[in-house]
Amino acid sequence: MDDKKLGVFICSGCEIGNSLDIDALKEAAEDASTFVHPCLCGEEGLQQIRQELENGIDAIVIAGCSPRFKTEEFRFDDKVVERVSLREQVIWTHPPNDEDTQMMAADAIRMGVARAARVAVNDPATSESDPTILVVGGGLAGLTAAREASRAGHPVVLVEKEEKLGGRRHSFHTVFPSQPPFDRFESGSLDGIISELQASDSVRVLTSATVGAISGQPGSFDVEVRRNGDSAEFRVGAVIQATGWRPYDAHNLPHLGYGKSDNVVTNVQMEDLLAKGVVQKPSDGSTPRRIAFVQCAGSRDSEHLPYCSAVCCRVSLKQALELRRANPDLEVYILYKDIRTPGQYEDLYRKAQSDPGIFFTKAEVESVEPTSDGSLRLEASQTLLGERIALEADMVVLATGMVPVAADGEAIRKVRDARKVIEKGETGARMEAAKKVVEELGESVGESILNLNYRQGPDTPHLRHGFPDSHFICFPYETRRTGIYMTGCMRAPADSESVRVDAAGAVLKAIQAIQLTGEGKALHPRWEDMSFPNFSLQRCTQCKRCTEECPFGALNEDEKGTPKPNPARCRRCGICMGACPERVVSFSDYSIDIVSSMIRAVEIPDEFEEKPRLLCLLCENDAYPALDTAGMKRLQYSSYVRFIPVRCLGSVNTVWIADALSRGFDGILLLGCKSGDDYQCHFIRGSELMGTRGKNIREKLTQLALEEERVRLEEISITEYDRLPEIINEFAEQIEEVGLNPFKGF
Amino acid sequence: MSHHGKVLIIGGGISGITAAVEASEAGADVLLIERNPYLGGHVAQMNLYFPKLCPPSCGLEINLRRFRNSPRIRYLLQAEVTSLRGEPGHYTASIRQEPQRISDRCTACGRCAEVCPSERVDTFNMGLRKTRASYLPFPNAFPLRYTIDSDACSGPECGSCRDVCEYGAIDLEAKELTFEEEFGSVVIATGWQPYDATKLDNLAYGTHPNVVTNLEMERLNAPDGPMGGHLTRPSDGGEIHRVAFVQCAGSRDENHLRHCSGVCCMAGLKQTRYVRKLYPEAEILLYYIDVRSPGRQEDFYQEIQKDPLVRLIKGKVAKVTSAGPDQVMVEAEDILSGHDSAETVDLVVLATGIVPSVPPLAGILVGDEHGFLVPEEGTGLVPAGCVRRPVDVAEAVRDATAAALRALQYCRG
Repeated sequence: MDDKKLGVFICSGCEIGNSLDIDALKEAAEDASTFVHPCLCGEEGLQQIRQELENGIDAIVIAGCSPRFKTEEFRFDDKVVERVSLREQVIWTHPPNDEDTQMMAADAIRMGVARAARVAVNDPATSESDPTILVVGGGLAGLTAAREASRAGHPVVLVEKEEKLGGRRHSFHTVFPSQPPFDRFESGSLDGIISELQASDSVRVLTSATVGAISGQPGSFDVEVRRNGDSAEFRVGAVIQATGWRPYDAHNLPHLGYGKSDNVVTNVQMEDLLAKGVVQKPSDGSTPRRIAFVQCAGSRDSEHLPYCSAVCCRVSLKQALELRRANPDLEVYILYKDIRTPGQYEDLYRKAQSDPGIFFTKAEVESVEPTSDGSLRLEASQTLLGERIALEADMVVLATGMVPVAADGEAIRKVRDARKVIEKGETGARMEAAKKVVEELGESVGESILNLNYRQGPDTPHLRHGFPDSHFICFPYETRRTGIYMTGCMRAPADSESVRVDAAGAVLKAIQAIQLTGEGKALHPRWEDMSFPNFSLQRCTQCKRCTEECPFGALNEDEKGTPKPNPARCRRCGICMGACPERVVSFSDYSIDIVSSMIRAVEIPDEFEEKPRLLCLLCENDAYPALDTAGMKRLQYSSYVRFIPVRCLGSVNTVWIADALSRGFDGILLLGCKSGDDYQCHFIRGSELMGTRGKNIREKLTQLALEEERVRLEEISITEYDRLPEIINEFAEQIEEVGLNPFKGF
Repeated sequence: MSHHGKVLIIGGGISGITAAVEASEAGADVLLIERNPYLGGHVAQMNLYFPKLCPPSCGLEINLRRFRNSPRIRYLLQAEVTSLRGEPGHYTASIRQEPQRISDRCTACGRCAEVCPSERVDTFNMGLRKTRASYLPFPNAFPLRYTIDSDACSGPECGSCRDVCEYGAIDLEAKELTFEEEFGSVVIATGWQPYDATKLDNLAYGTHPNVVTNLEMERLNAPDGPMGGHLTRPSDGGEIHRVAFVQCAGSRDENHLRHCSGVCCMAGLKQTRYVRKLYPEAEILLYYIDVRSPGRQEDFYQEIQKDPLVRLIKGKVAKVTSAGPDQVMVEAEDILSGHDSAETVDLVVLATGIVPSVPPLAGILVGDEHGFLVPEEGTGLVPAGCVRRPVDVAEAVRDATAAALRALQYCRG
C-alpha cells in the first residue's frame, strides 16, 4: 500500500489547538500530507477535505473528535476514512500542553496513519439473493409468517409435518380475544388465513412434510423437503422456524390426580370438552356442580417447568366464564399463585372476578385425590391466611404450560460426534467422554427439525429452558444462525396476539437477511460492514479452532478439517481471526497485519525515559463508548496508555500481544464486555474466549520470563465510564511496580 | 425489491428507533420525527434492564450506530406531526420543527452552557435537578449536541452563548420549520408517560421528598443521574435502611388506571437489586397484588425470593404519610393478620403505570377503552410499542419490528 496517498487532517477546534503543539503533531504524520483546520466538521473544513480528495488523496485520517460523533459529516463514500480521537481520548482526559499528552496525541496519529495506509475499501460483493422465505410449521405463527411475507411480496414455502394446517390453536374451541372488552370469545379456527394461503399464487404449502436438509447460507439456502417418501428440492433466501409447542405432559403430575381420575383434565382437554357444548364429567357423563382450576400445574416449579407459560391464567379465566355461561349453577374455583393478566387483559380478570360463581383463592395445590364417593379432594398450602385448605370438586382442570417444539442443535451434534467416536472404536479418555455424552444426552436430545448442514449442529442451540430464544433484550430476534429466525411459542410462551406480532417481526428479519445479503452487507449488528473474512488456506493446519469458535456457525469443514467459509452466514466479529494461530484469516479493513502495524507505529521511549507504554485493546461497542463518556466528563487518566478498538475481544489474536511485548510495551489491558450467564457480548462469547486465550498468554509470558501481571483482562459495561480511569491508572501503577519491559530496545 | 413510498415514523424511543433501523435495513427510506432533542425516549432514562441487569445504552449504542450510519434514515428532533391525511400508500404529513437555536454545527464543546445565566428544570432527570437553559440532555445523548430550552432562555438580548460559540452553531432567532411530505405508511411509536403520581393523593407523592416514582428511582440509581448512581435518602442524603415498594400504585384501580402496565412488577423486583447492591443490610418491603413475571422472567422472581431481607407482602397499600422529615409511614391492609400494618421506611417507591402517549391526530387513530391505539388492518397507519400495549423493551422491539414489516407492505412495489 506504499503508493496510497494519505492526507492527515488535524482539527484544532474544541480546545485541541490550545492543548497540543499542532506543528509538532504534524510531524507524526511523516510522509502524509497534513492539513490543520480550526473546525473540520464545519462547512469550510469539510470543503477542504473534499477538495483534497479531488486533488488525488486516496485515504484520509481525521484527527479530532471520536468517530462516534459527526459521523454523517465525515462520511466520504468509497474513501478510506480513519478517525483519530484527539478530543475524547487525549486532550479532554489529560493535562494540556504536557509532554506526555503530546506524545499520546502523536502516537494516536501514527496509529491512524498506519491503519489508513493498510485498509482497503471493499467493492460490495453483491449477489443473487433468493427472495423466497421458508416457513417451517403451519400453526398460528407459521401461517401468519407466510401471509405477512407474501403480502410483502415474497414467495413462501410453508412446510407442515401434519396432514392439515392450523396447529394447536386451530383445534381450540375458542380463544380469548386480543382487545377489550373481552366479552365475546373468538373462534380458535384459522380457516380464514388457511384458505387465503391456499388460494395464493406466491405461497406453496407442503403438508405431511418435513425438512430433510438445509445447506448453504442466507440468500441461497438449498432446502430438501421430504414428503410421502418423495423429496423436493428448492432454494430459499431465509428461514423462519415456527414449530410451536406441546402441552406439558400431565402424566408427570400424578400428585395432582392426573391419570388417577378421568375427572382430572388438562386445560387443553377442557377446550375439547367445551367444544362439545355443556361440559359433563368424563367419568359418568353427569353434570358437575363444582370445578376447580389448578393454576401453574407443573409450571413455575423447579421440578417441572420452571418458567411461567404466560397464557394459562387467561385461558382458565376464559374457560371459567364459558363454563359458567353454559351452566349458571356451576361453582368454579380458581386456585392460583398469582393471576397474570397483563395490560388490557386485566379487564378479563375483572370480568371473572365480578362473576358470583367464580371464586379465586391464592393457594398452591399440593395434592388432588379421588374420594370414595367419586369426587376429588384438593389440598393446598400457601394460602393467604397461611393455613392449609381442603376443597372438594367434581372435576379438576390442570392449567398445564407450554413446552417448546425445538431441537437443540448443539446437543444433537455433541451426541453425533460422540457416536462417531464410539463407532470408530477409539480408546482412552476420548472414548470415555463420548460414552458419557451418549449416556447423558442420547435419550433426551430428540430429532433434528431443521437438519442444517452446519458444523455446529443441525438446529439452533437451546438457550434457557429449551427455548431457542434470543439472549438479548434489545434484539429479540437475534439467533446464532444467520438468516434463520425463530418465532411463536417455540421461541417463548405467548398469547395469540403476541404470536401474530412475533411472526410479522420474524418476517421482517427474514426480508432483511435477503435484502442485505443481496447488497453484500453483513447482518446485525455490523450491518454496514461490506468486508468479508478472507482465508489464506495454504497456511491452514486444520486445527479447527476457527470452525469450533465461530458463534454463528459460519464455517463448515471438509474431511480434513479445513474451514469452508459461508460468507453470508458471517457477522464479521473476527472471532475466527482471533482464534487462528497461523494468521490465516483477515478482513480488508481488519487484519492481523493492520493491528500489528498500529502497534508497531507507537513510539516506545527507551528505558531511560521511564515512560511506560500500555496497550489497551478494547471492545468497540461497550468499552469504547465508555471511553468517550469519560472524555465528555473530563475524567483524567494515565497518558501512558494507547488505545486500539477491536470488533470483539474474541477477535484479539495473541500475536498482537506477543508483538506488543516484543516491541517494548510494558503492559496490555484488554477491555471486553460482561461474560457469564447474563453476558452482553453481541458476538456471544468474546470476553469468555479471551479469558481462555488469556491463560495461554500467561503461560507464554512465563516462558518469556515476563511477569503475568503485564496482561490484564477487565470486563466493563458501557455505563462504567467512572471505573475506566480507575482501571487504567491502577494498571499503570501496577506496571510501574513490576518495572519496565526488559525487551525494550531489542 | 423496489420501494415506491417512504415510511414516516413518529417517535424516537426504542420502538421508533427499532422500526426505523429495521425498515431501513430491509430497504425502505425512513423519516423519523422525535419530540425531544435526543433519541432514546424513556429507555435512555433507565438505569438497567430487567432481567439481565444490563445497561440500556449498550443496545442503544448498536441501534444508534445502525441509525446514524444508514443513508436511508433521516430524522428531525424537537418536531411533531401536526396533521396527517390520505390513504394507504399515500399519506401526507404536515410536520413542524421547533426553532433550532443550536444547529448541527455544535461540537458539544460545552462553552455555551458554561456562560448561560439561565436555569431550567432537568426533565430528563425527572426534575430532580436543574441544568442551564443551554444544555446537553445527558452525557451519552444522541445526537451529541447542545440544545436551548426556549422557555428558560432569555433570548437574543442575552446572547452570551452565541458570543462564545466558536463554531457559529447558535442562532437565537432561528425560525420554526414547517413542511409537508408524502409517505407510503406511518408507524406511530409515540410511547408512554408515567401515570401522574400527584393524583394518588393517599400516597404522599409530592408532599414528602422520600416518596419517589419507579421512573425517578431509575434516575436516582443511574450513573449519569442526579445522585451519580449512589442512591441515598432524597431528603437528607442519609443511608437507606428500609425501603418500601408500592406496586400497582394507581394501576389495576378503577379510580386511576384500570389496566395492568405489565412491566412494573419486574421493574420493582429489579429495583430491589439497586438497593441491595448499595445496602447489603437494608430491609426491602414489596407490596403487591399479584407478582407478574411471565415467561422466563420467572427465574428473576425466584432469585429475588432467595434474598432473606426482601419481604413480599400481598396487600394493597392504603396510605403513605410523613413520619418526620426523613421517614415515611406505609400503611397497608395486612391480609395475613387481618389487621392494618404500619411500617416506617426511609424511601417509598411508587410503581406507577404506563399511560399511552397518543399524538393529537384526531379522527384517524382509534383508541381502546384504556386509551391504547388499536391497530386496524388495511390501513398504512401502524401503532407500535407502548402506545399500543403496555409492554417491556423486548416486546416493544418485537412490536416495532412487526410494525416495520407492516409499514413496508405499503411501500413495496
